Amino acid sequence: MPPTVTLAVTRYRPEQESEPALQNYEVPFRKDWVVLDALNYIKDRLDGSLSFRWSCRMGVCGSCGMMVNGSPKLTCAAFLSDYFPGPIHVEPLQYFPVVRDLVVDITDFMRKLKKVKPWIIRKEEKPLAEGEYLQTPDQLDTYKQFSMCINCLLCYSACPIYGLEPSFIGPAAIALAQRYNMDSRDEAARERLEILSEHDGNWQCTFVGECTKVCPKNVDPAGAIQQYKLTGAAHWFKSLLLPWGTK
Amino acid sequence: MVRPITPFLWVLFSAGGTIAALLFPVHLFLSGLAFPLGWLEAPSYDFLHGLIKHPVTRLYLFVLIALPLFHWAHRFRYTLYDVLQLKHLSGLIAVLCYGAALAGSATVAYTVWNIP
Amino acid sequence: MSAEVHYTPYHPKWYRRRVSVWWWLQKGSYTTFVLRELTSVFVAFFALVFLWQLRALVQGQEAYAHFLVRLRTPLFLTVNSVALLFVLFHAITWFNLAPKAMVVRVRGRRVPDWIIAGLNYLAWLFLSGAVAWILLRG
Repeated sequence: MPPTVTLAVTRYRPEQESEPALQNYEVPFRKDWVVLDALNYIKDRLDGSLSFRWSCRMGVCGSCGMMVNGSPKLTCAAFLSDYFPGPIHVEPLQYFPVVRDLVVDITDFMRKLKKVKPWIIRKEEKPLAEGEYLQTPDQLDTYKQFSMCINCLLCYSACPIYGLEPSFIGPAAIALAQRYNMDSRDEAARERLEILSEHDGNWQCTFVGECTKVCPKNVDPAGAIQQYKLTGAAHWFKSLLLPWGTK
Repeated sequence: MVRPITPFLWVLFSAGGTIAALLFPVHLFLSGLAFPLGWLEAPSYDFLHGLIKHPVTRLYLFVLIALPLFHWAHRFRYTLYDVLQLKHLSGLIAVLCYGAALAGSATVAYTVWNIP
Repeated sequence: MSAEVHYTPYHPKWYRRRVSVWWWLQKGSYTTFVLRELTSVFVAFFALVFLWQLRALVQGQEAYAHFLVRLRTPLFLTVNSVALLFVLFHAITWFNLAPKAMVVRVRGRRVPDWIIAGLNYLAWLFLSGAVAWILLRG
């Protein structure tokens, strides 16, 4: 009898139930399988009605985030062998509304991401004839870590502040805002400051630090937020003491 | 220049937290345990009384007590929001926390100013 | 975000789980976080004890002697011991997290976290020594 492992998957079918229900599946245990492989096995062989998101299966697209045994994880990076003998609990990403089974709605995050203007903004664009914007490796180094974000939203699932106050702009949005603030080619740090200094912006963070712990790409959003607190505070004092010099 | 005061409150929290982290352990260990239990010889009344007359000591004492109170106010306020989920009482909580810190700081300032 | 929406094939009813009031007990790191935040209560406690000591000192020798007696009671010794543990926890978590906010770049490279934290610990040692030296002289 080849070894198997049980996956306890949270199902939610709005057309037939008002609350999520647990369903157990027996899946072959293979040393090289990840939870995503097990889910695909379930969908292919056991229960085609199971709904879940996935794409690249190699940790760069950010689609397959789910709660595995209570922790937010990319299911393409969660090996079955780490959870053997199981049972392995698979639930939809925490703190997001569940659309169906393991699929959550992420419109909230998309809205917040757009709000922080995650693109290079310049007062005046250089004409093409003048060539590209130059950047030294050291200048790249200041923001590179924050550019690694794949928008997988594991950090939002880990952040209790986001869970308690869904209007909080959240770790990834702030980290991405910082990625552009610190890019030497960008000139919109002031614009983003207004957005991040709002009531539900940067200052709601109480540095729990879970976001950094669960990030699969080592973006360190908690670090980005704390750095931004210092920047925001410095700017507050500067505008108080030297109001003419801050525009 | 109508701007949220949150950055300033965060600076008070940080300053208070740093003071508390750097200086409270030694003060608490000495005054709270070592001296009362006799592990180390406590400073005499006359020595302490002479020490606090100095303007530098007075400033030190003010900073040592007032800033950590603001550290508490800010942190406790957010703890009440998050742990006890009292967000709906946010106005009241803010007033009570910072108000208490202000009252404490005013008391320290008054005491330190009026050292004979 | 929509409020109550009934199921239709084109907009199913989303399920939103309410965050339990015991969310912080569900994970070790969450509990540690809450304990860290609660250190502020003991910080405030000691600030007030210090204020009390200061006022006793100003009021005179008798008042100060009375204060010292109160400080020797088992109640205060116990509370002060607990407070010391929480204050130490505050100090250690504070210094370990300081590098996250204080990013220092020297010649284009970021100073490693352990150096920033280490400098904080050294300052702590130095200041503690200085305070102890002053107080133990009298």
